[in-house]
Amino acid sequence: MTISTAPIPVSTDAEAPEAPARRNRFWAWVIFIMTAVYFLIPLGATFWWSLRAEADKLGFEAYRRLFEDANFWPSFTESVVNAVAAIFLSLLIIVPTAYWVTLRLPRLRPVVEFITLLPFVIPAVVLVFGLIRLYGRPPLLLTATYDSSRVLLICAYAALSFPYMFRSVDNGLRAMDVRSLTEAAQSLGAGWPTILRRVIFPNLRVALLSGALLTFAIVIGELTIALFMAQQTFGPYMANLTRSKVYEPSAMAVVAFALTWAAMGTIALITRPGKRG
Amino acid sequence: MLPFFLFSGMFLIAPAIILAYRSLEGPDGTLTLDNYRALTTDTVIAAYSMSVRISLTTAVIGGLVGFFLAWAVSMGGLPRPFRSGLTTFSGVASNFAGVPLAAAFIFTLGRIGVLTALFQLIGVDLYGGGFTIYSYWGLSLVYLFFQIPLMVLVMLPALDGLKQDWREAAENLGATPGQYWRRVALPVLLPSILGTMILLFGNAFGAHATAYALTGGLLPLATLLIGQQISGDVLNNPGLGYAVAMGMVFIMGLSIVLYSILQRRSERWLG
Repeated sequence: MTISTAPIPVSTDAEAPEAPARRNRFWAWVIFIMTAVYFLIPLGATFWWSLRAEADKLGFEAYRRLFEDANFWPSFTESVVNAVAAIFLSLLIIVPTAYWVTLRLPRLRPVVEFITLLPFVIPAVVLVFGLIRLYGRPPLLLTATYDSSRVLLICAYAALSFPYMFRSVDNGLRAMDVRSLTEAAQSLGAGWPTILRRVIFPNLRVALLSGALLTFAIVIGELTIALFMAQQTFGPYMANLTRSKVYEPSAMAVVAFALTWAAMGTIALITRPGKRG
Repeated sequence: MLPFFLFSGMFLIAPAIILAYRSLEGPDGTLTLDNYRALTTDTVIAAYSMSVRISLTTAVIGGLVGFFLAWAVSMGGLPRPFRSGLTTFSGVASNFAGVPLAAAFIFTLGRIGVLTALFQLIGVDLYGGGFTIYSYWGLSLVYLFFQIPLMVLVMLPALDGLKQDWREAAENLGATPGQYWRRVALPVLLPSILGTMILLFGNAFGAHATAYALTGGLLPLATLLIGQQISGDVLNNPGLGYAVAMGMVFIMGLSIVLYSILQRRSERWLG
């Protein structure tokens, strides 16, 4: 085309970049509104349903019934305890590992990254049967009692959190100058436990918190592993509720969505650019 | 370092290895390939093909919709707050899988769902017309709820990686926006788009909780079949279950490897 070299009238020159931008904006709105409809309808429908437990009027009866259900709080608190235990276990393992890989053993990084990706390769439904098969018979017999199964469940959750935890901690370590901080601490006479506890951990607060919250969001309602290990946690409780009640499950879904939203919203808030702590 | 290797050895690697070993074991404890031969039976094939179909469908549709959505909020000229809002929402929705998600869709498109009722009001009988949420399309529709947001989360940084210089350079050379996208932006983005779609495929393929909560195991699906074969009341052939599980690990592993390769390639330009 040779037209491009011809002098262009001023008026079209000013309009030329405008037209595609406007057309883009039109399509952007179309896509946004269509997907918004897809995402909002199930949420809205569930919320609407949760308000209709009492005949002929809208109200929070379904929520009241849910919170008064004899199994709600026990299963929920059990899941919270499991999640917190798994988070601490995971932090205890991942933080020193990520630190060591960054500072001392970068050659091991591909191996560590590969292992932390394993939970994506081994789906929960596969992992749980591997664990049962491995620890479910003598000499280990960890599935013999409810409590020992629970320990196994927490370990499985910690392992499931590795991809999120490692990536989160690794990003946090990259954002600070690990080497200088470590050397500075060492020259002041700090040993390894002190360095990790007093220098590395505090600088990683945001990364640790987002890794922890993400793990919490994933673990709190986990169904598959808990189900096959016969644990009475929140996930199996919710599955039971969905099958046995009419209105309570909708209130439960709304509560679960709010919980997930709280966890993710906190992450978004603390990781906002320009705000570090 | 040692605790890490020890722990992942005990709770990730050893369980996988023991399943691999058990999958090669017959009922009488001898080594055999029978379990893998049984993978070609109709039940197993049906479950795998349903899993593959749903995963493919939601990976492609979720990938395309997610890509355009990421484009809309990053370069489409939508108001700024939309972007951070969508990012947070995607974080929530991509993790909102399992029982609550299944419940939400039952209340929307189940037999007693709000949308089903609304359609009835305007004279469209969804369930009379053959639709059910407990089907291939039904489950796909549910899976998209976490597939689309995952695509958005991965694509947003990739779109940010497109350098303004490239667009300006293309424009200076006389390229139209269409040419810029076809010849510059898409080739750069393609590994990332394809890689993430593969990630979505694996994400749907390994999903168990949502399908279980939704159908209670009625739909033939690879993840559900594993549970039925190993600990089910009706069907019970652990060896076959272990073999199905290994087939799954193989497919998941393959998709993660492909994803990493494509992601590394896309980092050449977008890194």
